[in-house]
Formats: sequence, structure tokens, C-alpha cells
Amino acid sequence: MGPEILRDLTFDIPKKSFQFLTGPSGAGKTTLLRLLFLSLQPTRGLIRMFDRNISTIPRDELPMLRRRVGIVFQDFRLLDHLTTYENVALPLRVRGKDESSYRADVLELLGWVGLGERINVLPPVLSGGEKQRAAIARALIDRPEILLADEPTGNVDPPMARRLLNLFLELNRLGTAVVIATHDLSLMDQVEARRMILSQGRLDIYE
Amino acid sequence: MSEARVTDRAGPAAPQERKASLRVRPTAPIVPPGNVSGNALMLVIAIMAFLACLTLGAVSMVRSTAQSWQSQISREITIQIKPDEKLDMEKALADARDLALTFEGTTDGTIVDKAATARLLEPWLGEGLDIDDLPVPRLVIITIDEQNPPDFAAMRAMLTETIPQAYLDDHRTWVDRLVAMAHTTALIGTGVLVLVFSAMVLTVIFATRGTLSGNRHIVEVLHFVGAEAGFVASEFQKHFLKISLKGAGAGGLLAAACFAIASFWQSRSLATPQSDQATAMFGSFSIGYTGYLGIAAVMIVIALLTTLTARFTVMRTIYEIDLIRSDPARIDGNQT
Repeated sequence: MGPEILRDLTFDIPKKSFQFLTGPSGAGKTTLLRLLFLSLQPTRGLIRMFDRNISTIPRDELPMLRRRVGIVFQDFRLLDHLTTYENVALPLRVRGKDESSYRADVLELLGWVGLGERINVLPPVLSGGEKQRAAIARALIDRPEILLADEPTGNVDPPMARRLLNLFLELNRLGTAVVIATHDLSLMDQVEARRMILSQGRLDIYE
Repeated sequence: MSEARVTDRAGPAAPQERKASLRVRPTAPIVPPGNVSGNALMLVIAIMAFLACLTLGAVSMVRSTAQSWQSQISREITIQIKPDEKLDMEKALADARDLALTFEGTTDGTIVDKAATARLLEPWLGEGLDIDDLPVPRLVIITIDEQNPPDFAAMRAMLTETIPQAYLDDHRTWVDRLVAMAHTTALIGTGVLVLVFSAMVLTVIFATRGTLSGNRHIVEVLHFVGAEAGFVASEFQKHFLKISLKGAGAGGLLAAACFAIASFWQSRSLATPQSDQATAMFGSFSIGYTGYLGIAAVMIVIALLTTLTARFTVMRTIYEIDLIRSDPARIDGNQT
């Protein structure tokens, strides 16, 4: 089973809330995000999401619940054979939506994250920062109820980080709960928000 | 997103005109249409389909040839009349033929005349043979109805009673041996067919799984962006159906073309020594419409097999991804 990465955590992510999740490398930020993304089950303890105990959700219900969660992976996980536009539109496409119904929204969002002129570019050609913005756009495109972002500003310069933070804030104002896992103190200092600090498997929350 | 847009008009998204001029390319399929492993899979499928169809055609040819050997030899019986000083050979031959034809199950009787008998003996006794100088037995060939053969024992008894010098050969020894040989040949053919088909099934399954393993990240991303397992599986199914139809189609059509060309060659070179030898050995190269239907069936089986393997493998991959949920020790990578 390996060592216990997280223990004795009790916290709540209210609807429409905004928080940073921080802590040293190896503290368990990614594990916590994976637990919240339903890609891990806790070995013990209880996690409730959308009023459901995540340990008892049947497999075939996971996709529907994941559609309510947006995630920005630390390693982006873009599909190399799809263009920036197609990658960002992917969540809508797998929901069976018609391309004409979302094309304008996807193009607008790409414009907003600064990829308006990179819509037909494949990920291998994008810079690290561009990939990150594409991954963020993909997580936001369907306006999830909760957004989980793992180091979303790790590969961008401060002005773009500020810009992406504004995007997260805007999304939050529109009703999405946001959890941003980051090491970036300067980013956290820009916003008065709840800070969840993980250290040695324990969680301290500063409202 | 509309409010978000208003907050930053001066940002990198500002050149609206340029953005508008960019056109989105036609949406690419979710599963990449062509890559090295996909082409290799298509080639493997084509080769296996070709071999399977070739084996199928060859085995059906061997079976029908064995069947025809058997039926040709069992379609006739021979009455042999040994010469005797007291015997009027021509009368005895006619009597033997008439007697045989009284039995139900006989259809025709032919007396092998002197000239034909001389021709039969020519390889041993040379040309210019006067058949009357030699005590050569004479033959009557009776054609019988294979489905409803006459009573050989009764015919034999009656013949010996009427013409003591007559001997009825119903070719049973030959027929039995040929039936055994035909059955063995057909059995060996079926065995080869089973082996080739098993090899084809396993090769197609492993090649499909191998190709899919390179696409695991696509399955994972689709699953994580909220695609249902059925959707992911159907995307991969479509992709692999196309590959397998192309591969199996190429292999099957090539095999069909081989048979068609062989059959054409045989029909064009009828009565030449080469063609006669080939026909004696292998029978007719024509596999008939059932053979071509068999080739079509092989192509369909391969297409189904590839598609089902793709579906099963994708479902299994998704199951494994979800399994990690309940077994954190299987977390990939060392992210914490």
C-alpha cells in the first residue's frame, strides 16, 4: 500500500468559493487534487462530493460527475494530434455537442487566454506556457462547478499568470468553486483568498 | 465567459480582426487516423487475411478434388471375362453387360472393344498387337448410380453362375483406400485451416492490442474530460474497423485474385500437358462462388475481431484507470 500521504484532514470546499492549496513539494497537493477529481479513492476516511461519498460511486457514474469538475493537470495532458482549438473543445465534443454550437465560445476563450492566433497549432509546436493556457482553457470550457488546477501558472511569465488568475476569478464570480494548487507566493498575494497549506500530510486552513 | 472578456480588452486577444481571419481546420478524428503502428497493423491484417483466404480456398479445393476422386472411381464397376477355348467371348461380353444391366442401380454398360483393349495393353506389349493371338481378358464397364448402388454380391453370384469365366470387380478395395485417403487429406486440410485461422485470430488480437497500447494516453484524457466508456470505445472501434476493413479487404481481394488468375490460366490452357498435370494433382483451381463467399466471410470475421478486440481493450484500459482509484499503490509516476 505504501506510506500514507494524507491523514487527519477535515475541510470543506463551499460552492462558489476560491482557495489556494499550497505546501512544499511532496506534501500531497496532487494526491489531494486527484482525490477531489475522483481518480483516487481514500484508503480510509470519508470524502463527499456533490453530496455523494466518493468511495461508493459506481464506475459508470464517474464520467457524469467528472463533467461537473474541471481539472488542469500539471503535465497538461493535451492530445498531440489535435489542434489547440480541438483540444480545448474536447470536453464539449465528448458530451456529444455539435461543433457549430460551441465554436464561437471556444474561439472566444482561446482569444482570452492569448491563444487566438494559435488555434490550428498542434501541441508539440506550442511553448510550455501556451500548453498550460490550452490546458486551462480546456478545463474551463464547460464552466465546471468546481475547478481544480495543479500549478496552473508554473510555466508562464508574471503578466500572463496575473491574466490567468483574473480568468479564474472571473470564473469564480460566475459561480465555479476554484482550488488552485501552487507554490507561487506572489500569485497568492494578489488575491485575498482562503489558503489551505499542506505540510507533512496535515492541512492548515487560513481563511 | 462573456464577462471575463469585458475585463481585459487590451490583452493579447486584442487583434480581433486577425483572429477572425483564422479559420478552424475541419475537426480531426479523436483517434489519430494514421500512424506507423496503425499502418503496421493494417499490413499484418492484410497478410493474415491473405494467408487465411488462400488456405481456405486451397483446403476447399483439396476437399472437392478428394471428393471427385472418390466419386469417379466408385461410379463404375468392371466385369472381367477371362478367355477360354469353349467361350464365345463376344457373346459372353454382351451377356455379361445385359445381365448386369438387369440390376437396379446400373445406368449404362460399355464393352471395351478389341481396339481399346489393345490400346490399354500398348504400354506393355507394344504397337501392332493382334489381340486374338493372345489370351487377353476383356472388360465390360458398367456405370452405376452412386446414390443407389446395385447388389454387388447378387450380381457377382449370378455372373459366375451364367459365365464362370467372369469376375466382377466393384473397385471396393480402391474405393475404400481412396475414401480413407480423401478423408485424411480433408482432415489434414481442416487441421491446417484451423491452425492458420488460430494464428490469424491471435495475430490480429495481439497486433490490435499492441497498436492500442500506444494510444492509452488518449483513452485516459478522454475519460478524464468526462467521456463515457461507451463513447471512447466507439471512437476506437470506428478507427480500428477502418484499418481492419482496409487490411482484410486488401488481403482477401489479393487471394481472390490469385484464385481467379489460376482458374483463368487453367481454362485457357485446357488439354495442355501442364494443365492436365496440374488438374490431376490439384483438381480445378476454381473455388466457385462458395469459395469467394468464404473469402468474404474471412474478411468480415477479421473486421469483427479487430473491432471487438479494440472495444474490449479500451474498456479494459478504462477499467484499469478506474481500478487505480481503489488501489492507490498503483498510482503511476511519483507525483504526490
